[in-house]
Amino acid sequence: MTTITASDSWFKRTARSIHIPPVYFFLIVTFLVSGLLDQFYSDGQIFSNPAIMLNIIVRSVALGIVAVGQTLVILGASIDLSVAFTISITAVMSSYLMQGETARVPMAILAVFGIGLLIGLSNGLTITKLKVNPFIATLGMSLIIKGIINATFSNYTGSVPESFEFFGYGTIGPIPVSIFILLLVYLAGWFLLARTKFGAHLYGVGGNSEIARLSGVRTDRVLIGAHIICSMTAVLSGFFLVSLMRSGAPWVGPNGLYDLESIATTVIGGTALSGGKGGVWGTLAGVLIFGILDTTFNQLGVNPYLKMILRGAIIVLAVASYTIRSKKEAA
Amino acid sequence: MTTTTVTPPGGITTSLNNTWGWIKKIPPVYPVFFIIFIVLGFLNPVKYQSMNGIMTFLRTAAPLAVLAVGEMFVLASGGFDLTVGAIVTFVVLVSSKLLANDPSNALPAILIMLGIGIVIGLLNGLIVSYLKVPSFITTLGMMLLVRGSALYYVGGAPQGYLTDNWRAFGRNYFENVPVFERVPYALLILIGLAILSHFLFNRTNYGKQILAIGDNVRASQLSGVRVRLVRVLTFIFCALMAIIGGILIGGYGGVNVTIGEGLEMQSIAACVVGGVLLGGGKGSVPNVIFGAFTLQAIVNLLNMLGLPKPYTDVVQGLIIIVAVAYVGLSSQKKQ
Amino acid sequence: MIEADEKNTAENTLVTEPLMEVRNISKRFPGVVALDDVSLQFFPGEVHAIVGENGAGKSTLMKIVSGAYTPDAGEIYLSGNKVSFAHPVEAQQKGISIIYQEFNLLPERTVAHNIFLGRESARFGTLDVRRMNREAVKVLKDLGVEKMISPTSLVSSLSVAEQQLLEIAKAISFKARVLIMDEPTAALTYTEVDLLVNLIDRLKQKGMAIIFISHRLKEVFDIAEKITVLKDGKLIKTVVKKDVSPAELVFLMVGRALDHYFPPLGSTEEFGDVVLRVENASNQIIKDINFELRKGEVLGVAGLQGSGRTELAQSLFGVMPFKSGKMELHGKAIAVKNPSKAIKNRMGFVTEDRKSEGLTPRQPIRDNILLTVRSVRSLLGLIFKDGVGSSRKLVPMLGQQVDIRTDSFDRETQFLSGGNQQKVVLAKWLASDADVFIFDEPTRGIDVESKAGIHDMIRALTKKGIAVLMISSELPEIIGMSDRVLVMADHRIAGELPARSSEQDIMLMATGHANAKNAEKTVRVEEE
Repeated sequence: MTTITASDSWFKRTARSIHIPPVYFFLIVTFLVSGLLDQFYSDGQIFSNPAIMLNIIVRSVALGIVAVGQTLVILGASIDLSVAFTISITAVMSSYLMQGETARVPMAILAVFGIGLLIGLSNGLTITKLKVNPFIATLGMSLIIKGIINATFSNYTGSVPESFEFFGYGTIGPIPVSIFILLLVYLAGWFLLARTKFGAHLYGVGGNSEIARLSGVRTDRVLIGAHIICSMTAVLSGFFLVSLMRSGAPWVGPNGLYDLESIATTVIGGTALSGGKGGVWGTLAGVLIFGILDTTFNQLGVNPYLKMILRGAIIVLAVASYTIRSKKEAA
Repeated sequence: MTTTTVTPPGGITTSLNNTWGWIKKIPPVYPVFFIIFIVLGFLNPVKYQSMNGIMTFLRTAAPLAVLAVGEMFVLASGGFDLTVGAIVTFVVLVSSKLLANDPSNALPAILIMLGIGIVIGLLNGLIVSYLKVPSFITTLGMMLLVRGSALYYVGGAPQGYLTDNWRAFGRNYFENVPVFERVPYALLILIGLAILSHFLFNRTNYGKQILAIGDNVRASQLSGVRVRLVRVLTFIFCALMAIIGGILIGGYGGVNVTIGEGLEMQSIAACVVGGVLLGGGKGSVPNVIFGAFTLQAIVNLLNMLGLPKPYTDVVQGLIIIVAVAYVGLSSQKKQ
Repeated sequence: MIEADEKNTAENTLVTEPLMEVRNISKRFPGVVALDDVSLQFFPGEVHAIVGENGAGKSTLMKIVSGAYTPDAGEIYLSGNKVSFAHPVEAQQKGISIIYQEFNLLPERTVAHNIFLGRESARFGTLDVRRMNREAVKVLKDLGVEKMISPTSLVSSLSVAEQQLLEIAKAISFKARVLIMDEPTAALTYTEVDLLVNLIDRLKQKGMAIIFISHRLKEVFDIAEKITVLKDGKLIKTVVKKDVSPAELVFLMVGRALDHYFPPLGSTEEFGDVVLRVENASNQIIKDINFELRKGEVLGVAGLQGSGRTELAQSLFGVMPFKSGKMELHGKAIAVKNPSKAIKNRMGFVTEDRKSEGLTPRQPIRDNILLTVRSVRSLLGLIFKDGVGSSRKLVPMLGQQVDIRTDSFDRETQFLSGGNQQKVVLAKWLASDADVFIFDEPTRGIDVESKAGIHDMIRALTKKGIAVLMISSELPEIIGMSDRVLVMADHRIAGELPARSSEQDIMLMATGHANAKNAEKTVRVEEE
């Protein structure tokens, strides 16, 4: 990469500094391949239908929001496998608390964000203070949440008032609210990473926590903060889903594969599993890739179980496309 | 560092010293298990103080123990295998269709399952070794693939029942046995596998190399260990154990779609309780078997105390975190 | 000739008061005295080099001064005030900055982010990136490098020299008054070194005190005004550069009494056929390697840190294989592409870092010793309690042969002493019947008593016809053990010296002053 010198023009500098993650290339490829499949198997019906195209993006919203949180955590060289069940508990608790009444919405939102805070805090503390491996810590946490959900609820519970459904179904002009929210979340994520002290420190902790520590960064606090934010994004995703479904069910999270797919989209977006490198815009492309694939499969009437197989394979291959280049032996 | 030899004062003091030293070395899983089991016996003498009841317990606990042994091999090598639960689901669902309600298909069905187990283990091992994807993520992805394949094959719902002869392994007993009254087939299978695994792990070059790569992969490489080969074989072994475990579970439990869910965490928990270090380099077949027994005993205890099933998930999650934290923090103190 | 160690504080100030002073600093680590009552003064506007063999105490001293270690005894003074540090950040804040050989930089972050990590200026938590970049430019300007490095470049895109400049800039931004550099020129080309020298001049003019550790005597002579020689943790002498010659300096660095007697060297009749021959071998790091190794001889490999010795060992053993050239083992041409192949061809590699590369710490001694044997045999090969297959007695026999002191071979190796651990590693290679042994720093970090044992063992190996290639940074060990010496410098073989060569000859060849005749002359002058 050529060095940009301070004497280069502002324009040149800005252009060079906007790194376009290579994953956008994959996004275009995916788009084209799906387009081809569409042509062959359904005479181009999918891609010529704007409603479906919009649907791709809407489907991507839930995954997209939680993927931002996952990106933050992975940047810190950690990981969060509890997001799926956090989404579930959000869906269930919010519709339970709201009971279809608009008046109860604010209280419910606060309470559920509180739960998310607790989950993220527990994860962060377990990892930093008890020094438990992040995979195990968050997987264990997901079991705990799962148990709590299943113990309390077994099916759809309560309901979400119509006013809340604005989140999932509302539009501002021709564009769904959810897309605005998605963009907002990504902008917030970007801002956090690029323009705050926290973001700068997070990159340090993930890149080399020893160097960060020696420079005076409070590494534990930063990581706990990342985990809390991640759980909060999971809660936000959960709100979105429950407003779509109008009522929450316990299997929402795991069925949507939000844990694995948020990891996979982060990794194909160019964020390194080892931390310290990457960002949210790449993740967005990864999310869109999965969204396109998902919609295409659905529209082509692909068997849902076959979809599951393909998703598993795609996730592994997506991560492999990056790890294959590393020199160290994996475990 | 040599141990300083204390000149024995002779007599009782020495033998007490020796006994205490011997007691300190017993892995905690055994006393924990026996204490819990005694509590169970106290609360429900009919089930847990009778030979009948004990054998029933062992029949239920045996499959998890089999899974735990397989998982232990992978953990000892420094990795994780999260496909085992999905493999159990696969065995139960796919066999229900393969059998086509015809007992004569039992043997071929089992052989096919074992073959598929080898393929799954092979895939896991190759992806970790050659594509360098960490085993946690590899096996999580494969878990989807395997479960999806199972569901795809049966179209989402069980396609038949599991024939009696197929289920015999997990369900039946040898009756009228002296002393033990009745002995589950599953227990004998477990014992057989335990002996085989213990032998493989402790008495072959292969087992020693597993521990070596889990302990220090770099030193192993420099000592000529074929790291990739050993690792692939280990994943294959674990998958095969999961297949067998699946046959046993399907045996006494019958078919249902959610069977097998969460078993991967349970088998890891059993190993952790059995003293296996999650970083690799240590393992013991009898310890993890009793770790599995302990877990099963805890589940039974919670049930008996009226705690609904979901809370056992919570307890399990807590056990795993606490056990890992405990082992991690106490080994830090040692340094 | 003015010698600093003759001075006593106040009344003798030559230029100014010392900017930094250390008095009676001592530091011990388990089993070794790293520093013993060292007192030094560092003056502003002066470049002061610290030289000495590997293990002389240079790094330890610098780590104490920069806050990474605390001294067991002694004090540090800055501008006359006593100071102490609990954390490197404190030292940095007080004006002492250190730049290590492995830079403390985050490669995936920009220059500006690296400079300000941990102390970013922010309002309500929000970074003002433009301001940060501007501040970074200011810092770079202070050093005169604002044209070379842009604040928005990623560190990974900078060359090694530029990264070093960045580290220096970072130090300056902490208002450093004392700058310590560890081997600053090791990774630089000649032009880059010139740049660095100019830079250092600038810093001197600002009144900074510069300290650097280096093995490269040429640069020491080019850059430093004062040179301090440390040896075995003690201060030998501080000299002014213009009053000393390279050969004299080397003499100061290495002249010492042997602390133990080495076993007698081999004689030519005892050396057998050539068992290993390397011709014109090169790979991405080392080039043009040519040498022969005979049965029964010890070929010492000397050279400074970074000269390519470990890479040589790794190349021979297949860890980082040669890409071109020829290698012949036991008369057969082979290409060693991986350690397995090396082991099968009866090579053994006792690595420098036995903890991370030689042992499996949580496994018993027995299993460590047998690992090489087991790896090359069948996977289903059976094991009995004491050994492998039919060789049940192998472990105790080897244990006795290498004199492992333990009550049981089932003890985990992590609990053994360094000396015993090394013996386990040795036993491991004996078990696989190696007849070409490569030793990389065989007695590093080992107590004196065990050192002798290992040396005896190595010679005993050669008596059995085993060929030994021994890399060592300890000159007494090289001289005491080698039947011949290969000297490496700058990733090549600088030359070969016969047995019992003098330390001066070896060091001179290793530092690039291979003119032996010159050395002789100046040494004789000194003696007169």
